[in-house]
Amino acid sequence: MLNIVVCVKAVPDPKEACNIKIDPDTKTLMRCEVPFVVNPLDKNAMEAALQLKEQGDAHISVLSMGPPEAGNIVKECLALGADQGFLLSDPAFGGADAYATAYTLAKGIEKIGSFDVVFCGMASSDGSTEWVGPEMATFLNIPVVTMVKEIVESEGEFWQVKASLENGYRLMRVQLPAVFTVTRDLNTPRTLSFSGIIKARKKEISEWGIHELGVPAELLGVKGSPTVVSNLSTTESKREVEMISGTREEKAEQLVQKLAEAGVI
Amino acid sequence: MIDFTFSEEQEMFRKAAREFAETQVAPKIPVMEETGEVSDAVVKALGEAEMMALTIPEEYGGLGLGYVARMIALEEISRVSVATAMMLQVFALGIEPIVKFGSEELKKKYLPGLAKGERLATTAVTEATGGSDPTGIRSAYKKEGDDFIVNGRKCFITNSHIADTITILTKSEDDPKAFCAFVIDKDMEGWRATHKEHKVGMRGCNTGELAFENLRIPKTQLLGNEGKGLGVTMAAIGDVGRGGMVGCALGLQAACLEESIKFSNERVLYGKPISALQGIQNKLAEIKIDLEAGRLLAYRAAAMQDNGIRCSNEFAVAKYFTTEVAQKAAKMAVDIHGGYGCMEEYAVSRFWRDAAVLGPSAGTSDIMKVIIGRWVLA
Ligand SMILES: Cc1cc2nc3c(=O)[nH]c(=O)nc-3n(C[C@H](O)[C@H](O)[C@H](O)COP(=O)(O)OP(=O)(O)OC[C@H]3O[C@@H](n4cnc5c(N)ncnc54)[C@H](O)[C@@H]3O)c2cc1C
Repeated sequence: MLNIVVCVKAVPDPKEACNIKIDPDTKTLMRCEVPFVVNPLDKNAMEAALQLKEQGDAHISVLSMGPPEAGNIVKECLALGADQGFLLSDPAFGGADAYATAYTLAKGIEKIGSFDVVFCGMASSDGSTEWVGPEMATFLNIPVVTMVKEIVESEGEFWQVKASLENGYRLMRVQLPAVFTVTRDLNTPRTLSFSGIIKARKKEISEWGIHELGVPAELLGVKGSPTVVSNLSTTESKREVEMISGTREEKAEQLVQKLAEAGVI
Repeated sequence: MIDFTFSEEQEMFRKAAREFAETQVAPKIPVMEETGEVSDAVVKALGEAEMMALTIPEEYGGLGLGYVARMIALEEISRVSVATAMMLQVFALGIEPIVKFGSEELKKKYLPGLAKGERLATTAVTEATGGSDPTGIRSAYKKEGDDFIVNGRKCFITNSHIADTITILTKSEDDPKAFCAFVIDKDMEGWRATHKEHKVGMRGCNTGELAFENLRIPKTQLLGNEGKGLGVTMAAIGDVGRGGMVGCALGLQAACLEESIKFSNERVLYGKPISALQGIQNKLAEIKIDLEAGRLLAYRAAAMQDNGIRCSNEFAVAKYFTTEVAQKAAKMAVDIHGGYGCMEEYAVSRFWRDAAVLGPSAGTSDIMKVIIGRWVLA
């Protein structure tokens, strides 16, 4: 049986991005007004796991680090079809950067026990560092392939996957256990179903804090974070209207020129 | 204390229904609007998403989730497409008489297929001679041995041309006080869907006529007792039918509010978005007040229904209120949009047309007041 761990993050709903404010003192996002959702690319990670489970024998554990409210998104993943949920939640984990997050998640995965594959989104829609996957693989001392857009071969110990490049892809052969960070090209995530939600009633979520993980506080949360956000600011977008005149051909020519000047095309 | 919060699970149902509506239904709306035809893809998707299974007990292949969950699903689907919510609400209206009055044999025969969406249901009561007054129907049955022979026509039947499992109300040829409700299906000969209506709104939801010509129905297809069919169909229409319209109305109100907020934040007049104008805020507030009040009426009645408490009067209040204020909300949403509101590119023009159709379905507002009047005087 293939043991899959999917790492998911609770992020403020990107659809309500306009309501996200930045705390001027701590330079962190003030999320209170905006509901949490599963990070969009993590849904692709979930979908990859679910498809593998449909193809063969697999067990899916879903793992998240976050505040207690993040339990909702773990539950959602159980409703999508994951078998077991794990929430790493402790005030000591708070304020973690990508490094401390990856460390904590790696400890969580080790505690879950045997695993063959770890899927996570390439990036989170709020932090967007793209570091957590690779750093987690480093802590687990296993290979990582980032930006996976297709799983070509998933039988046996060696997998073949396509990893996105700007103008193409790299075909990678990798030995399990391994971490894969996925792009949205990999699949179209399924939506929640009513019967899935009913089935999730019986599935369990284990909540682990610092004691359950048994790791020193210095390596966690703010204390364990080597990076600091020195500044964060919102950009202002403005709309400008410029009317173009002339014949149809002249207008088209001017339009192309202006778009080129603006770097759009 | 009264708990007004939705459970975590109910919130997840809402999310599931919203995701379904936005991904599976929304893309089909332009074609539905243009052709007025039912989208096969939407019907298939509804089946796959188990939307027809919500009110069917688990032992017959349903989800057994009940009526608050159904209200949530309808509200969310209607927020995207009132036509689709209407179609779905009448599937349940067709299913309910079998669940509540069907013999074990009928339940086993029909419910699993209905739950999967392999069969599609409706209920046909209305006729040219009897809408608000169902006793005025003329579709008549006469007995021949153990069979019933039915002749007549039905009009304004939702899902008329797509349904294959239909609860029909008929009247005795001999006794004007005796009614029989039957479930008929596609394998029976002697009935067909005839005229298709072209409605101003809810385009993509099929409404039309049915004709019965010497339709032979075995006694085993009877719902409830012989002669007591009026009670069968009225019971289903009283809570499931009215409740369904309430769900449709709530979604429409929510959609009107959302579109109006969006437009009024974007439309700049006098150097500011029009949402800064008190006159506009007033309208937005009014839509919101009606939506909040409507939700309380709706979910209270649905919660009663889940608890097995009689709730057709409460649903009459909710149906009256929500379908009336949905029409008001649509008018205000169109007003907020100014001239743009009359253009088909703007969704509110569709909401306006859809709102007009909410009124008569499952009983007009006048009839709701008749029922409520009777209730308060009882
Ligand atoms: C989109 C749509 C879908 C429908 N789907 C179905 C369906 O699936 N199955 C089905 O059986 N039917 C269906 N109907 C029919 C619907 O139930 C009837 O249209 C409704 O009951 C009204 O009947 P009527 O149209 O004959 O109007 P009438 O009964 O002729 O009413 C005419 C007017 O008289 C008023 N009126 C009637 N009685 C009274 C009274 N006692 N006091 C005061 N005023 C009164 C009415 O309010 C109305 O204003 C549907 C209708 C629509 C529009």
